Amino acid sequence: MMMALYGGLIIGFAAAMLMIFNGRIMGISGIAGTFINMLFTPKARSAQSGEFAWRGFFILGMLLGGVVLARFTNIFTEASMVTSNPVVLIVAGLLVGVGTRLGWGCTSGHGICGIARFSGRSVIATIIFIAAGMVAVALVNALFAAGGN
Amino acid sequence: MSSTFSRSFVALISGGLFAVGLGVSGMLNPANVRGFLDILGEWKPALMFVMVGAIAVYAVSNLLAQRMQKPMLEKDWSNLPLPGFDFPNQAKLGAVLFGVGWGMAGFCPGPAIVSLVSLNSTVFIFTAAMFVGFYGFALYERMKQNRAH
Repeated sequence: MMMALYGGLIIGFAAAMLMIFNGRIMGISGIAGTFINMLFTPKARSAQSGEFAWRGFFILGMLLGGVVLARFTNIFTEASMVTSNPVVLIVAGLLVGVGTRLGWGCTSGHGICGIARFSGRSVIATIIFIAAGMVAVALVNALFAAGGN
Repeated sequence: MSSTFSRSFVALISGGLFAVGLGVSGMLNPANVRGFLDILGEWKPALMFVMVGAIAVYAVSNLLAQRMQKPMLEKDWSNLPLPGFDFPNQAKLGAVLFGVGWGMAGFCPGPAIVSLVSLNSTVFIFTAAMFVGFYGFALYERMKQNRAH
């Protein structure tokens, strides 16, 4: 549990940097969602090249951080996937992609930054997506149990 | 040094730290995330500790930000959303969809992107679908805007 707390402190520090220096919320769905939209929309990209750039560098940083983890730890080889069923993965990915944009944020933007700023909507959002996740997991478990494995 | 350059540099470091924080906390392992949502099974509280650590650091830095006239590298705080309770039903639906997808696969946007470096096909399928969801939502928003004009 201590590692979870330490990791949380590092994540909080990363988010704090982005706020103090750049005045931005470290919300991954917002950063990546806007970046992808700009990537495929040349007009939006050229109108706001600085906006495109910092988001791209944030994502590049995430990937480089991942490379460091892959090189010096066995975090990725030890990770155990919940499912490898491609249909489930595609449906889940679409739900997370659309849901986080429709819901104004994800775990980082609402669950960490928003709650820490005492933003009521982020508290509501976090309660909703955690509750929905718990129900989804319970239902999937029940379905598997009923399937008679 | 242009502001785009320095802001992008901050974003790069922030993204890297975020990824390392996720790795240290165990949140790059979907089984740990799923374990947090599995309240009827063997509950894993780690995600709660991550949030507590990150919220603590961010809340302190938010106090600091409130005492600053402007972010270090920006002209004002206008890019930081105002905390508030406004959260329309459509956004609540988004949070529900996100939560369901999150529970199904054990990935939210941050870990999904960082885990791309593992070159794991499960991660690729989920994250590609998530990106399609991001872009699909952007197209939907644009369509809605065009119709309003």
